[in-house]
Amino acid sequence: MASTRVGLEPRPEQAHIPGALPVSEQALRKKFLEESRLVPGGDRISRCLQCGTCTGSCPVSYAMDISPRMVIALFRAGQIEEILRSRTIWICASCYMCTTRCPQGIKITDLLYALKRTAMDTGLYPDRLPIYLLSKNFVRVVNRYGRSHEMLLLLLYYLRRNPLALLRLLPLGIAMWRKGRISLFPAKIKGIQTIRQMLAASKALELPREKEEVPYVEGTVGYRAVG
Amino acid sequence: MREAPMEYLYYPGCSLEASGKPYDESLRAVFRVLGIELKELKDWNCCGATMYMSVDEAISLAISARNLALAEQNGCRGLIAPCSACYTVLLKTNRFLRDSPELKSKVDHLLAQGGLRYNLTVAVRHPLDVLVNDVGVELIAQAAKRSLAGVCFAPYYGCQIVRPERGFDDREFPMTMDRLFERLGATGVYFPLKTRCCGAMLMTTFPDVALHLVEELLDCARENGAHCVITTCPLCQVNLEAYQKRLGKKFGKSYDIPVLYFTQLLGLALGCSETELGMQRNLTTFKVPLPAAVA
Ligand code: SF4
Ligand code: SF4
Repeated sequence: MASTRVGLEPRPEQAHIPGALPVSEQALRKKFLEESRLVPGGDRISRCLQCGTCTGSCPVSYAMDISPRMVIALFRAGQIEEILRSRTIWICASCYMCTTRCPQGIKITDLLYALKRTAMDTGLYPDRLPIYLLSKNFVRVVNRYGRSHEMLLLLLYYLRRNPLALLRLLPLGIAMWRKGRISLFPAKIKGIQTIRQMLAASKALELPREKEEVPYVEGTVGYRAVG
Repeated sequence: MREAPMEYLYYPGCSLEASGKPYDESLRAVFRVLGIELKELKDWNCCGATMYMSVDEAISLAISARNLALAEQNGCRGLIAPCSACYTVLLKTNRFLRDSPELKSKVDHLLAQGGLRYNLTVAVRHPLDVLVNDVGVELIAQAAKRSLAGVCFAPYYGCQIVRPERGFDDREFPMTMDRLFERLGATGVYFPLKTRCCGAMLMTTFPDVALHLVEELLDCARENGAHCVITTCPLCQVNLEAYQKRLGKKFGKSYDIPVLYFTQLLGLALGCSETELGMQRNLTTFKVPLPAAVA
């Protein structure tokens, strides 16, 4: 798990602060705290016991490079970039088992969503990551039609990702089509205009905050994170 | 015995328009037989699923809240969402908007752009919850036309109708469906993986991971003697049903396990025809011969 970053040593004036973070990491941390602050109960992350119940309950942790428990450990250690570069946050299937069982009531699944948003916004994710492509195309389809359309979505996705896989899916596609379980053409909802207006407005959205953030010690992992 | 006629708003969700069509058909059939009215929510849009959530929180909540706002205008006992993903996303929208004033004000602002308003009054319900808790197992049993005796089913709830918050049943070992079908004469087999994840969209993004999850579920059902797996979610149904051949090839086993929507099995008990229930659209055939009508 050694960091491979170069030229990102702490700024000299911070070198004496215990837990001082490289500049790039500070930005990521800020972004992530911003995202997780909105998750109800998101700040409970500071209560993690590192008990590993989340990892043990996760049906897909065997396929992750960083387990859910380690995600929290890395967050505390000021290594968000490591998390973002891992497959973990994208392999999570949102089954909420970890969240259900966590003895400290940590909203792990929702925090993983906050990490996904951080990754998308900062462009830090493994190359040609499948789920990133899928999410992007999903949003494209929904923004255009107001509803998702299974076939269009899969087409867009596989054309970019792996056109050959479409051939393998063909027999299944034909079988489903024969059974009348594929709709060929997406239809637009009537209120698509409303959705477009909401989307346009969301781009310019910056509303006054209602509650003050938990004070964050600029440039360090902060007390909030160490609990 | 019932006072006013029951009426619910219905939010089918995108999957039920295509691959989940038999779910839509069988659900409508079952509700029709039981005399409950389903009014489809006009001009509903995609709930945003889990994928929108990874892009932008405020807008994903606003998009899902548009449906709730429309439902609120209609005034209703509840909004029925049969797809587990829609169900969980709509519930989550309610919960987040209630718990976070900041998100609420953002979403209110966005909804206002589309001329809408949402006051958090819509109850989001899963059809299983409505059938068992509003209609009642006894009433359903009285309406049954034939017994399901001899049918051994694996009750598969999947993850998102029981989690993350405690809803209408236990989060790890729900029994709603078991009780319903056992009352109708069927036998629930031992199925400890009843709320294990099916892999959901991982089937597209990381197929190896998802195939392995499905393999475990199907093996567990088969080893415990299930004739069929019954599901409560369109995504689970497709994952469990459509990849059986591929699984067989990959793991050198052969699978031919019928995977039904719970409304299909329920419809059979209520005397609906197979066509009404969309059974001809399933990729697997459900063969257990049902005994003739009960006296
Ligand atoms: S289950 Fe909760 S407390 Fe335990 S390691 Fe996971 S997040 Fe931390
Ligand atoms: S929600 Fe994600 S991380 Fe948590 S148990 Fe499920 S798959 Fe694992």
